[in-house]
Amino acid sequence: MIDAKTRAELEEIAARYPQKRSGLLPMLHLVQSVAGQITPDGIEACAEILDISAAEVSGVATFYTMYKRRPVGDYHVGVCTNTLCAIMGGDLIFERLKEHLDVGNDETTEDGKITLEHVECNAACDFAPVMMVNWEFMDNQTPESAVQVVDDLRDGNPVHSTRGPKICTWREAERVLAGFPDDLADEGPTAGPASLVGLQIARENGWKAPASSANGSAAAVADTKVDAVEEADTARAESETTAEES
Amino acid sequence: MTDVLTPVLTDNWDADRAWTLASYEAQGGYAGLKNALSMPQDDVIAAVKDSGLRGRGGAGFPTGMKWSFIPQDNPNPKYLVVNADESEPGTCKDIPLMMASPHTLVEGVIISSYAIRANKAFIYVRGEVLHVVRRLQRAVQEAYEAGHLGADIHGSGYDLDLIVHAGAGAYICGEETALLDSLEGRRGQPRLRPPFPAVAGLYASPTVINNVESIASVPSIIANGADWFASMGTEKSKGYGIFSLSGHVNKPGQYEAPLGITLRQLIDLAGGMRNGAGGQPMGLKFWTPGGSSTPLLNSEHLDVPLDFEAVGEAGSMLGTRALQIFDETTCVVRAVLRWTEFYKHESCGKCTPCREGTWWLTQTLARLEKGQGSEEDLDVLLDQCDNILGRAFCALGDGATSPITSSIKYFRADYLAHLEHGGCPFDPMASTVFVVEGASA
Repeated sequence: MIDAKTRAELEEIAARYPQKRSGLLPMLHLVQSVAGQITPDGIEACAEILDISAAEVSGVATFYTMYKRRPVGDYHVGVCTNTLCAIMGGDLIFERLKEHLDVGNDETTEDGKITLEHVECNAACDFAPVMMVNWEFMDNQTPESAVQVVDDLRDGNPVHSTRGPKICTWREAERVLAGFPDDLADEGPTAGPASLVGLQIARENGWKAPASSANGSAAAVADTKVDAVEEADTARAESETTAEES
Repeated sequence: MTDVLTPVLTDNWDADRAWTLASYEAQGGYAGLKNALSMPQDDVIAAVKDSGLRGRGGAGFPTGMKWSFIPQDNPNPKYLVVNADESEPGTCKDIPLMMASPHTLVEGVIISSYAIRANKAFIYVRGEVLHVVRRLQRAVQEAYEAGHLGADIHGSGYDLDLIVHAGAGAYICGEETALLDSLEGRRGQPRLRPPFPAVAGLYASPTVINNVESIASVPSIIANGADWFASMGTEKSKGYGIFSLSGHVNKPGQYEAPLGITLRQLIDLAGGMRNGAGGQPMGLKFWTPGGSSTPLLNSEHLDVPLDFEAVGEAGSMLGTRALQIFDETTCVVRAVLRWTEFYKHESCGKCTPCREGTWWLTQTLARLEKGQGSEEDLDVLLDQCDNILGRAFCALGDGATSPITSSIKYFRADYLAHLEHGGCPFDPMASTVFVVEGASA
């Protein structure tokens, strides 16, 4: 339910932006944090605050994958099955979890604890296969480690992200995405091991960027927009620039 | 001679609590900001122009030139928007950067906003990376408390507010005009260009949109000089960049090097290809130079300098330097089908060639992958690609065709093997990372 406190927070989000409609995405994250999903009265509240129709809010809410129209469990478990993770083992992890939890894609266990979903590339390919729990990284998974994670979550044992804090609930995570920090930024390491391999090799070999006094040749920089577009990596920009200049 | 690896953006990632303001400033952070605020804005733009920095989000458009397109006589407010919606399959550089050293980005935002005379800036970060959002929120809070953000920054008379904005799961929002619609609270669908965002962007006002790595490179350019930056890299592809190796190499990870390094060098640094069952390194089968939207290359391209020009000449694109490496155990048809399903899922539905085309591509490919259909289906696929490439509203449709056309070019035999075999001839277990412990499973 959208109570007075939530309504005030929704208004606070809208007020952060030069035009209040820009607040809609974070506002919908806040709706999910209080209601566990996108609800009709959450949509109505956003529409009233932003002076737009409920249909417009629904149109936005149905466009983005992170907004859910069915109740989400305490823990949203996302297994990356985009190509690289799938090939490195993500497909097998996802199959094992479906079997172990007895749910299909985008379904929630009967105890309401776990919602399982396959997700697209989450920008951690050097830690493949990757699993996300409430959008925290669980790097370098195996079918066995993934089963252990969901079992621990269901049993109430603490589970830590491999690069972040102890996993909070999905609703708590959604509140952070709405722009209300939870003060956990200082948890976890600076970087995971894979993020550091190149830096470590550079350190071992004494490799560095040049000192700042280095005299390089002046860059062969494109001087005009047409030159720049020619150099840029897209034929699309060329046709658009031609359209603009003609 | 420049060193093989040149850590600049990654240089503080091994520092204790590098994400904090104290750590960042102890390493010389915010020195570039103090320089910049004492320079005329146009000199900051000139420095970035002279450095030769080209956009690190994929297309490689010169960053300083983009900034100079902002019409300063336009009475509307100017905006800077950072594209932190890193979602291109294989791309994984901006997320670790923002997690390890968010202040590098925040400092870049302040300098860049100052240069284009923006008093409001946004970091549009994908929503699916909770801890990165936390670190950005904290960094912005710390920057305000230190007087790096807010009113009259360090007595310069310059004001800047910075908002961290979390997206909600849509690959298309990495397309800059779709990102703007999303930031305006709408469905993320691309806009017709022209007008370009520099003229009519956020709230129809002049807007610069840059990738995280581009903006994060700015403080080092201002602190060390344009010549310093341009002393690295190749003739037309200047500077350093983060190369992200993933897949079947022994040490996947982030390698920051001057543009122009080769995949052969990078694989050597990464400890070579992983070993096969016989204890010998497996052979490289195919790779993407810059994410799934850049055409596949193979082992013939190991010595192509990884810069914008040379990768283009090799028939692909440098893109985001997302090097996904696949060895001989990998079925290219399975790989391409999965990418195609991704493009289908992420198509925003605005234009017909992409919305309908990606569905047809998926169906045709799925049949082939099951060993059904016939060799003529390869021509059907190429025909479908021909009807999408250059005809879709934005680059998503173009990107969807890249893995298909390039895989048919280099691996036609793999497709035919599926037909002969009546299905996939590859063992999916053999390509996994846990093949050793799981081999008998």
